[in-house]
Amino acid sequence: MNQDIEARKQELLKEGYEEVYTRTKVLTDAVMHYCPGCGHGTTHRLIAEVIDEMGIQDNVVGVSPVGCSVLAYNYFDVDFQEAAHGRAPAVATAIKRLNPDTFVFTYQGDGDLAAIGTAETIHAANRGENMTMIFVNNGIYGMTGGQMAPTTLVGMRSATTPYGRRVDLNGYPLRMTELLSTLPGTYYVTRQSVQNPAAVRKAKAAIRKAFENQRR
Amino acid sequence: MARELQLMKGNEAIARAMIASGTDGYFGYPITPQSEVMETLMAEKPWETTGMTVLQAESEVASINMVYGGAATGKKVATSSSSPGISLMQEGLTYLAGAEIPCLVVNVMRGGPGLGTIQPSQSDYFQSTKGGGHGDYQLYTLAPASVQEMYDFVFDAWDIAFKYRNPVLILSDGAIGQCMEKLYTRDYIPRWTEEERRKNAPWGTWGKPATRDHNIITSLELDSARQEVFNHKLQAKYAEMKEKEVRYEMLNCEDADYIIVAYGSSSRIAMKAMQMAREKGIKVGLFRLITLFPFPTKQLAEVAAHVKGILCVEMSAGQMSEDRALRPLRRYHPHSRRGPGGS
Repeated sequence: MNQDIEARKQELLKEGYEEVYTRTKVLTDAVMHYCPGCGHGTTHRLIAEVIDEMGIQDNVVGVSPVGCSVLAYNYFDVDFQEAAHGRAPAVATAIKRLNPDTFVFTYQGDGDLAAIGTAETIHAANRGENMTMIFVNNGIYGMTGGQMAPTTLVGMRSATTPYGRRVDLNGYPLRMTELLSTLPGTYYVTRQSVQNPAAVRKAKAAIRKAFENQRR
Repeated sequence: MARELQLMKGNEAIARAMIASGTDGYFGYPITPQSEVMETLMAEKPWETTGMTVLQAESEVASINMVYGGAATGKKVATSSSSPGISLMQEGLTYLAGAEIPCLVVNVMRGGPGLGTIQPSQSDYFQSTKGGGHGDYQLYTLAPASVQEMYDFVFDAWDIAFKYRNPVLILSDGAIGQCMEKLYTRDYIPRWTEEERRKNAPWGTWGKPATRDHNIITSLELDSARQEVFNHKLQAKYAEMKEKEVRYEMLNCEDADYIIVAYGSSSRIAMKAMQMAREKGIKVGLFRLITLFPFPTKQLAEVAAHVKGILCVEMSAGQMSEDRALRPLRRYHPHSRRGPGGS
């Protein structure tokens, strides 16, 4: 099928069409398992495009732990490690310390980064580890079927808060971006969204900046 | 550093052997009675000499996952801890085994259960040799009985770990970790060059060159049929270890009427008991286990066939003597002396 697409593209180019956008080679041909409408596909593409544009495909290692993005290694055509739930910042810490010239990034969800892996997240940031953490917050545990996450909003329904998140039972959603911004070891932290084209462009610029910050 | 006679603690020997054996990274968290491992490394500053990375992690959970990340780039990465900390590492260990990542973990055992005591014990035998974490996996487990072996086994661990792509556990105890003995150091082995890393660990994740597919380190396989195939592959690897990598030591077993089976610091006590018995004319031999996995079942059975009795000595409530690996010996009516450690 991909050969068909490539052949058709060549035909169109011969007819005088100009290529203005193409899928980055840093993504594989694998069909993504993400749910329709989810921002993972967009976020994957943005990271892949940044890696492509920076010309670092041969010098980057990604880490994705347990959650929706557990199979991210099938989609990025870069060396990749799958980590235990919440432990990606610790895993990435060692990858970077032992390979200081390599670009290292983690790709984590909210349950992973802000619940089971809170300690690893905060300590990696506070040590000032020279790596990029991509935190994809959908306010829910998606892979296990929509249970309450640490970021689930007050009043928001989930499989384990069927009547909405209640502060008296579940406490408040954790604001990780603000929390990390208070740490002296954090170099750059920003919250972005991928809900419309303008936001996608801004998110990509932020990802680019986060990766560029790893240059020594 | 060349071969040299020194006096040092078992824990210090572990640290110095890591530096001397070309270890690339150490990640640890303080816990008694093994804190001297990281203290020695920090004092030695190997990052200024061999280039070895040393980092104090925020927990044992983090340190074992740092081992995962660093070792999965094809480098020699180690950690050490003691029983409660090793319990926290069980998740990381099963991931390491499942992703087939070579690495070194040192457990300087203390008494349990729970927070237990800081005194020596051997009550992590089951945890070490029968899984510990979830799934069907094994750690190649070495049991040093001296400061010299603490040192030497670090070198041996790297050979086994990379030969089999499997985590190696050095299962020591507070007595061996804390005691000071003489030790012959070895010549330094340089850390691997970039070329050596790529040759010795072609599966490593260090950045995908255009000449190969991307390397993936994972223990996940959603296709259950393929997971079953993978588990058979792991079992074949463990079977090969049983065939080729069993280690043990026999002392005075040739003419023995009775043999003592022991490992680690218990084997030191057993050795003295054997000498005292021999002085009284009782023909006692010592079968010292060096690898607890793979267990020298066959070799022990051959000796056991010619003796009147077997005494299992260990600092636990009988974990080693209960081992299924000792089952072939039951017909010789072994009597097990059981005593929990930490007392």
